[in-house]
Amino acid sequence: MARVDAGIGVSHVPAIGVAIDTGITDDPYWQPLFAGFELTRKWVRDYDPDVIFLVYNDHCTAFSAEMIPTFALGCAAEFQPADEGWGPRPVPVVRGHPELASHIAQSVILDEFDLTIMNRMDVDHGLTVPLSVLFDQPEAWPCPVVPLCVNVVQYPPPTGNRCFNLGRAVRRAIDSYDEDIKVLMLGTGGMSHQLQAERAGLINPAFDKRFLDLLTENPVKGAQISHLEYLRESGSEGIELVMWHVMRGALNDKVEEIHRHYHVPASNTAVGHIILENR
Amino acid sequence: MRTKKEYDDIPGTYIFDADMSRKGYHLNMFCISLRKAENRAAFKADPATYLDNYPMTKAQRDAVNARQWNTLLKLGGNIYYTSKLAAFDGINFQALAGLMTGMTRDAYRQMMLDGGRPIEGNRSKKEWT
Repeated sequence: MARVDAGIGVSHVPAIGVAIDTGITDDPYWQPLFAGFELTRKWVRDYDPDVIFLVYNDHCTAFSAEMIPTFALGCAAEFQPADEGWGPRPVPVVRGHPELASHIAQSVILDEFDLTIMNRMDVDHGLTVPLSVLFDQPEAWPCPVVPLCVNVVQYPPPTGNRCFNLGRAVRRAIDSYDEDIKVLMLGTGGMSHQLQAERAGLINPAFDKRFLDLLTENPVKGAQISHLEYLRESGSEGIELVMWHVMRGALNDKVEEIHRHYHVPASNTAVGHIILENR
Repeated sequence: MRTKKEYDDIPGTYIFDADMSRKGYHLNMFCISLRKAENRAAFKADPATYLDNYPMTKAQRDAVNARQWNTLLKLGGNIYYTSKLAAFDGINFQALAGLMTGMTRDAYRQMMLDGGRPIEGNRSKKEWT
């Protein structure tokens, strides 16, 4: 049977992708950030996942204002890195896992989560930057990815609680998949940041620390953080942290925190990262 | 439409909710069109004719022409869209953030290096008066 052993939370700041793509990760600005990912790259190599279930948001790339699905599951055989206005990132095509993805879709829809099914979808930095963080610059990504795209651009995104419960439903789906594979959960986005208007540049390390603490120790309580609290305390774009609750919902109630990394800034953003293993 | 919203009190912030999305639809569709090279070329060649493809309000169109970044947000623009117009001008995300805050590029960059804008004093409009 398929199984979930662990989950990773990580920011997907586009500038992190640019730093990797242009080979400047050793620059003084970036070095402390990437130092915190060294352990992660080793951990992922050792764990060697068969599939990654990756929760991210699209930044008006695959979806414009014309269509705004709250949850869209990528069921295609492959996903092309998108041109976000300055050419596609020089990264490999993302292979999907259509069999697992369609099984998850069928299972969670019957579990009352009404997903949009995507049989064609370009993927932007929200999905490819976390892969670069984990795998650097390979010829091909080492495993297929099932992308779950969450609307966090137009308010309101789904609640943290809804995301957490969807994560639980995804876990039930994976647990009932016959093939003997390891599925690594990834929640991306955050942490505190505001990209717009006069309050741009907001960073709230106390909020971010509390978020990470709750994620590890009391995820049910963490999933109750209100939208108003995200907007006010973590910035208008920090609300994308709700996506981490999908990852956490798919893990056991009890987890061990293997690694935590927090760094300010990457461009306009506080970068957070955590590895959790089921106990 | 509700006139009062629970997030109205957050200072220096425009929440891109369903009402704003409705108001800003054509503005945002214009901005996102600039993701494609052929559209950038057409806009560059003849801005007025290109803008005619998008039935924005006069205020929105004026704000586009004047590159009034905060006004664009006030009129229903969303930062992930308006940043495409900024990119068209060669302005990256951090420089755009600096422009919206009214700080110089260097001052904004230094603020981020120093840990960003603190939450203390920036939670409520009451603290900004």
